[in-house]
Parts: sequence; structure tokens; C-alpha cells
Amino acid sequence: MSNTIDLSGDRGSQDLREGIYGVVFFVCAAISVLTTIGIILALVLPTLTFLGEVPIREFLLGTQFSPAIQPTVFGVLPLVFGTLLITVGAAAVALPVGLLTATYLSEYASHRRRAVLKPLLEILAGVPTVVYGYFALVYVTPLLDAIPGLELGTFNALSASLVMGIMIIPMVSSISEDSMSAVPESIRNAAYGLGATKYRVSTSVVIPSAVSGIASSYILALSRAIGETMIVVVAAGQSARFPDSISGLLNSFFQSTQTMTSAIVQLGTSDLAGGTTAYRALFAIGLTLFVMTFVLNVVSDVITMRYQEDYE
Amino acid sequence: MANENQSATAQQSDTDQLISTDPGGGGLSEQSDNQTVDSETESVVQSQNLDVYYGDTQALQDITIEIPSNRVTAMIGPSGCGKSTFLRCINRMNDLVDIARVEGDLYFHGQNVYDDYVDPVALRRRIGMVFQHPNPFPKSIYDNVAYGLRIQGNTENLDAKVEQSLKRAALWDEVKDRLDDSALDLSGGQQQRLCIARAIAVDPEVILMDEPASALDPIATSQIEDLIEELAEEYTVVIVTHNMQQAARISDQTAVFLTGGELVEFDDTDKIFENPESQRVEDYITGKFG
Repeated sequence: MSNTIDLSGDRGSQDLREGIYGVVFFVCAAISVLTTIGIILALVLPTLTFLGEVPIREFLLGTQFSPAIQPTVFGVLPLVFGTLLITVGAAAVALPVGLLTATYLSEYASHRRRAVLKPLLEILAGVPTVVYGYFALVYVTPLLDAIPGLELGTFNALSASLVMGIMIIPMVSSISEDSMSAVPESIRNAAYGLGATKYRVSTSVVIPSAVSGIASSYILALSRAIGETMIVVVAAGQSARFPDSISGLLNSFFQSTQTMTSAIVQLGTSDLAGGTTAYRALFAIGLTLFVMTFVLNVVSDVITMRYQEDYE
Repeated sequence: MANENQSATAQQSDTDQLISTDPGGGGLSEQSDNQTVDSETESVVQSQNLDVYYGDTQALQDITIEIPSNRVTAMIGPSGCGKSTFLRCINRMNDLVDIARVEGDLYFHGQNVYDDYVDPVALRRRIGMVFQHPNPFPKSIYDNVAYGLRIQGNTENLDAKVEQSLKRAALWDEVKDRLDDSALDLSGGQQQRLCIARAIAVDPEVILMDEPASALDPIATSQIEDLIEELAEEYTVVIVTHNMQQAARISDQTAVFLTGGELVEFDDTDKIFENPESQRVEDYITGKFG
């Protein structure tokens, strides 16, 4: 009986095909890993040479950045400051507005409205950043400048950071909304059953339950803001500044500023010859930027793993 | 006559209560008023010709019933017979379902809860609910029990009230040393007793239970059943179950719903299980269908 049933199928050719599939998939997976390693090497090697020419102390703690004019100074702090300035401004717009948008979409909007609004909001994320940059420069800056008492430069951090904040709202709202929608309906019902209003259910049950997703949306949005280039290049100008007082710090919003990303663009597009210290500074700044966003992404992952509620 | 008078005043004060969403607006004192109206047959919840539709599907047909106070009333019937739907009409949880439509009247202390002036939020503060699956908030044990009190702005003696509620829900001894632990760390049976503690913490008059033991093991189930019988001393309990033995064990009255959303028979539990009027109910009880 048993030997009349053929269990061998076409094993030979199947094994071969499975083997080929495995290799193809592995190669695809390897491309991004290898590229990442390649990028890290490409950043680290010139940075090491650069640090041979400029002491690491001078680079990390220097409060002046002047790569083009002799004597050249390569302190990264003004660029870090510019980056954080823009990021803080963008966060001040995107974090609250994004969270409230997510709350509206998840808790208040009808199914039909959400189906229309969510894709519309995601279009915001699809607008090319250079368009945002000119939008900030051509429309937002003059608009802000019209406010009495506000002395704005043509290029300023305020306008760039506000517009960047608008750009990252969809990141915050979309990821936050996903995690708020994932809060089980049964928990909402428990709160409604106790006589909670919709506002109360949203603020005291849904948002706290979705906090891990909301926090990681915040961090991803911040890391996007830190790495964003075109808006600041177009609208924030190229003056590296480091404030020496509190009032100087606040004033920085109204002046031109330079971020790490825009400094990299400046160094890379100027007629600096390859092989100079200024050229290698580009990689050192790039590595600093990479480390900052990498740390943020790791923090985001840790928060997601640690605080994600398991409802079972 | 005297009875009529009393219910009229109760109605008056309830009107204030249901309109007001003001947290903690004297709800407790009124409630003690109501509890003094203690005639044996007083009904707390009445429905008259109640129909419910989900979209085009009719889930309940012409339900007329009077649910007595301080008793356990069980609602039994096969799946899809509308018993849970009826339960959710009482505290207007069906409002949260977009496609649900309610017609007819449902009275709580003589007030139609579907009247325009009624605020479902105020109604739900007097009619608590326990759900089929334990649904504690992802918060501490303490914060779960305190939740209802906090949203009502009723935070005086919070510790004492939390303790009292946990004791009444027969959970205190198991959790008193770890009130700050997450409620999600409790077992299913403990979570369900926590949900009961959370519901009674705000001192409602009626507690609705939607198959509260169906997700629990037999030991946890019998703890919940004991608890329900105790709760009936202070509260009106309406429980949906499709466990007929459970209904027979714990309820005073039983309503039998059959397929199509029809209330076929409502009577003392003993009568329903020993000598039902309707052949269909007898067939259902004896397991010939459903």
C-alpha cells in the first residue's frame, strides 16, 4: 500500500529553487545593511583624519564655526545650537498640534471624516521640503515680519522652524493616531460606562494608554526635524551663531542661523578643494548628526518596547 | 397614594440629577432618598414597547418589562437574541454604536432616559456596568477603582472609598499590599472583581452585567456569582448570561429572550425553570434548542 503513494514530489528541483529564493532575499536584505556600514565607514574615516588636524576638544566644545575665512575655526557648538533651535521651534508647533489632531481623528471624527482627513494630512508629508523652504521664505517670513514689534531678518530661524513644525505634524498625528486607535474599545467602554465624557475618555484613558506610540512619534518627528535640510538652507540662512546670553538665545529665533545640515550643504557646495580640513569637517559634522539621530531612534525603540501596554 | 407621591418626588430629584453633568452635584444624598423608597415591588427600570435596530436589522422587538429594585434579574436566551442589546439600552451604551437606533420608551425611576434633556453621562453615573471581558484600565489597581470617583470630582476620602469598594468586591485581601501595581498583572477573575469594584465605587443604583463570568474559569466564576448575590442587597443587578444554571443559581427573576429579539417570558426564576408558561421557553430551558 504505502509504496504506491509518491511522497517524494519533485524534491530535487524544489530544493534548488528554494535555495535560489533564499539567496535572492538575503542579498536584498544585505544591501541596506551593507550600505549603512559603508556610510558609517565613509563618515568615520575622514572624521578621524579631521580630528588629527583639529583637536576633538576644539571641535566638540568650540563656540565658533568659521570654515572659510582664515584663520579657520571648527567649533561644532553653533551648528548644534542652530539645529536644536530649529528643532525646538518645530516641536513647539508639531507636538501639541499633532497630538490634538490625532485625538480628533481617533476619538472625535466620524469614520467618513477620518477616511477623508487622514490621507489629506498625509499629503502634507509628501510636499517636497524645498517647497516648504520657499513657502517659509516667501510667505511666512513677510507675514511674521508684519507683526508689530517683531524684528525679523530675511533669513530667520523662527519662520523656518514654524514651517518645519507644520511639515512634521503628519508624522506625529499619523503614528499617534495609529496607537490611539489600537487602544481596545473595551477600555473606552469601561470609561463611558462610568459616566466619562468623550473628552475625559480621550485624555484620561486613551492618551495614557497610547503613550508609548505617542512618545515614539514625537521622537521620530524630532529626529526628522534634526536631519531636515532644505527648509533651513532656503529660509534660515547660513550664519553660525552661538548665543552668549539668555536674551541672545531668544533673539536667535529672529536672526539667521546655521544648522548642522545647512553647514554640510555649504561646505559641500562651496569651491573648497577636496582634501582640505574644511572639506573633512563636513564628515565630522555629518557623523555628529548621525550619532544624534541614531541615539534618538534607539530611545524611541526602547520607549516602544518598555511602555507598550500588553492588554492580554 | 403615598407611594405615588414618593415616586413623584423621586422623579423630581432625578430630573435634576440627569440634567446636571456637574461632577458630584449632590448625587449621593439623592440616592439615599431613593433607597428609602423601599416598597417590595418598586421597579427601577421599565421599558415600554422598546424596539432597537442596527441599521436595517431589528435587534429587539416590542420589549415591555419592569425590573424590580434590589433584586438580581437575569436575562437569558440564545446568541443574537438581543439580551445584551437590551442591557445596553438601559445606560444608553448603544449611543456609542453609530448604526443603532432605539424606538419606544425606557424609564429609569419614571423618567424616559431617551428624552432629549437626559445626559447619558449623568445616567451612566447612576447605572454602572460590568462587561463580558475584564477591561481594567492600564493603570494601577488603586487608580482603576478611583477612576469613576475622580471624574465626578468626588475625591474626598478617596483611600477609604477605594478600600471599601475593593472589600465589597471581595478583592481587598488579595490586593491590599499592591494597590500601586498595574491592574493588568491581576488574574482574569481578579480583574473582573476589580471591574466590579470600579463600578460600585461611584455608588450607582443599578449594576448591569454583560456575561461577567463567561471569560473566567469555574473558581473565579463562583466567586463572581457569590459576589453578585451579595451586591443585590444594596443594588439592583441586571445580568445577561447564556449560562442557564448560572441564571437559576443567582437570579430572583429571569427574562427569556428568544431569537429575533423577542421577550418571551419574564417571571420569578423558579417559575421559569420549573414551570414556564410558554412551550418555546420550556424547549429552550430543557436544551431542545439554543
